[in-house]
Amino acid sequence: MSARDVVITGIGLVSSLGEGADAHWQKLSVPGVKPVVDEARYAPYTVHPLPEIDWSLQIAKRGDQRQMENWQRLGTYTAGLALDDAGVKGDEALCSTMDMIVAAGGGERDEAVDQGILDASATRNDRDVLLNEKLTTELRPTLFLAQLSNLLAGNISIVHKVTGSSRTFMGEEGAGISAVETAAARIRSGRSTHALVGGAFQTEHSDMLLAYELAGYLHRGAWKSVWERKRSEGGGVVTGSGAAFLVLESREHAQKRGRDVYAALGPVASGRHQRSGDGLSTAVTDLVRATGIPAGRLLALSGASGAHAATAAEKAALAAAGEIAVRGVSTVTGHLKEAQFPFAIALAALAVKNRAGYPAFDGANEPAFDGAPEAALATAIGYHRFEGAALISRA
Amino acid sequence: MARTKDHLGRPVVAVTGIGVVTSLGIGKKDNWAALTSGRSGIHPITRFPVDHMNTRIAGTVDFLGSSDKGATALTYELAETSAREALDEAGFTNGHFAGPLFLASPPVEMDWHDRFALYNSVSEPEGYQRLLTVGRNLQTHEIFESTQFGSIADRLADRFGTQGLPVTLSTACASGATAIQLGVEAIQRGETDRAIAIGADGSATAEALIRFSLLSALSTSNDNPERASKPFSKDRDGFVLAEGSAALVLESLESAEARGATILGIMRGCGERADDFHRTRSKPDGSPAIAAVKAALADAGLRDDEIDYVNAHGTSTPENDKMEHLSLSTVFGERIRSIPVSSNKSMIGHTLSAAGAIEAAFSLLTMREGVIPPTINYDNPDPAIELDVVPNVKREAKVRTVLSNSFGFGGQNTCLVMAREPV
Repeated sequence: MSARDVVITGIGLVSSLGEGADAHWQKLSVPGVKPVVDEARYAPYTVHPLPEIDWSLQIAKRGDQRQMENWQRLGTYTAGLALDDAGVKGDEALCSTMDMIVAAGGGERDEAVDQGILDASATRNDRDVLLNEKLTTELRPTLFLAQLSNLLAGNISIVHKVTGSSRTFMGEEGAGISAVETAAARIRSGRSTHALVGGAFQTEHSDMLLAYELAGYLHRGAWKSVWERKRSEGGGVVTGSGAAFLVLESREHAQKRGRDVYAALGPVASGRHQRSGDGLSTAVTDLVRATGIPAGRLLALSGASGAHAATAAEKAALAAAGEIAVRGVSTVTGHLKEAQFPFAIALAALAVKNRAGYPAFDGANEPAFDGAPEAALATAIGYHRFEGAALISRA
Repeated sequence: MARTKDHLGRPVVAVTGIGVVTSLGIGKKDNWAALTSGRSGIHPITRFPVDHMNTRIAGTVDFLGSSDKGATALTYELAETSAREALDEAGFTNGHFAGPLFLASPPVEMDWHDRFALYNSVSEPEGYQRLLTVGRNLQTHEIFESTQFGSIADRLADRFGTQGLPVTLSTACASGATAIQLGVEAIQRGETDRAIAIGADGSATAEALIRFSLLSALSTSNDNPERASKPFSKDRDGFVLAEGSAALVLESLESAEARGATILGIMRGCGERADDFHRTRSKPDGSPAIAAVKAALADAGLRDDEIDYVNAHGTSTPENDKMEHLSLSTVFGERIRSIPVSSNKSMIGHTLSAAGAIEAAFSLLTMREGVIPPTINYDNPDPAIELDVVPNVKREAKVRTVLSNSFGFGGQNTCLVMAREPV
């Protein structure tokens, strides 16, 4: 135990299941959780949609809400939940010295404007001119700011006054992995005392689906558990809207301000191994072992996406790494892309804190876990590239 | 023998390789010659039609193989080109760099030419479903990769044999400085002996230009492109969008000296502070920028009177230059009138995600060569901004230390302090 151990003192979660760390624990810790899915809106694709959210609970000013689209609103809102949970929100001294790393993709484009341009392009040969004509007259000027990757962090600074530092990492699941890894390493080295880290993904937009489907990654047809999609049409990924933010602190910093701690976050192991070929499974086993997993039965919150190659490799890797009771987070939330790793860490921390495992999310593929977990593993093996894992243990 | 630990007990971080590409050319030699002769790289846009556009000039990089292949391809080639120069100079030429990679690059989006091509390749179904249907049947991954935020760094990691999961980041116009800061911090934490930080931006598309234009951020001095970027001038009317890249090989001084590498400069300190005032405007009192400058000085262990030169963010927007002057004069007091402060952007334009890295590269060259590049187009000084901007003509000077500023949309403020020699 060291003063510079990294501990989790705040969790903000939003998914199709609802909002808040405790609400997620309440739903997921009883057997038979029913995923919330929308199979109709983007058929043949299924999505886990956003729950009903009153944005004004975390984004007080209407003007601020109007400057964002749903991706930034979702992230800013969930960051607020984490800050509230850690007792940091509204504390000027803590927020103005708080570091921040956000894992981000891009925001929503204007679908109507884009569709209008595509429709007109069928009858025009001067498409570059058409583009200028339409974009100069139809784009809403401030929409650009709602699309910029670093403006989720920017909005968190504006709305929640987190201003110690602001960095935005990009790169799908890898962004979430590096964000947690870097924030934790800075705390461990004494460079930072407390940090907000996390990400959001808003899948209910055609471009957000397209970014997977340009390589055929999306699962088609009826919803299935993340471990059961191999023989279905499509690439295996079912996406969801959701977000996860964590407040990380040095043990000393949390103790000094008398905060309850969810769990301690061990060093993050990360890598970039090819998805094709046989090596990924061995690489993931090594990655998992590098987190320092204990002997004996271990609960694992897997961020597996459902993408066939990566998911099969992870399943085999976990089986080889030890006696692991895996829970596929995406089964209940959908794939949350940049937020995938922070979300898995949050669920792992909740299990450690509450001294209980989760019942299987998919009884056919996930063994039971009885007893109080001293530790839990969180993984995010990217659907296309990059992988990471971390061990969350009792603080 | 120089000290290998800094005032906070951290490993001293040296620069052992530098690579640059801007609209002025490929490589340090050509860029430095152009920069010190006060040449502008800003020109009329020829890459795409400019009909209906208010701004028709830019500092695009038009001389690479990927210059007309879309933002992702060009950003990759820019990054690859500057990284190769930096690694060659540092002596890591075998494709096994074995240190981490930090890449500052623009957020990616599907190129409109790809959108058009896919959409018009079939005639149904209607609406957004058509792209999804065509997309899932594509036989190659090229378009897919252009929509993945991690793809450029992953390719660079393959190309140069960097270590671990590469970090791709965006802090808007401060991105390049943040990439350097991340590399410096990794070495200071003792995680690695070396790292490569790259800032690259090849995203001067029609849509990018239109978006910045709609925010009234761009100069519209279309008739006189080379004179459009005029930082600190009274008639400055916005920045000029530009492309480019720079790469720095960062290395612990101890490791660099042990292998006999040439020390090109020292990264003394980094400072940052976010602004909570507005999405595009700075807090009127300049306090976040002031805090970032002060944090960089403190991190470097230098007093404000130990800075010899300021490489300004100097975008040529009315807002930035005013705010930058306010923050510099607050930190440096009366002495700011006698510290040379120049803006590379007067010649290369605003290279966005790459700017912080390019300007750090030029700052290092400034110290090594003993020549300060000028702020060109300074014919009509803003009387409210009393600075020695090294007007129009380069200046020979002994420069031991530089402060380089980067400020961006979303309240991003990052400052770097560099030194010519180890202590």
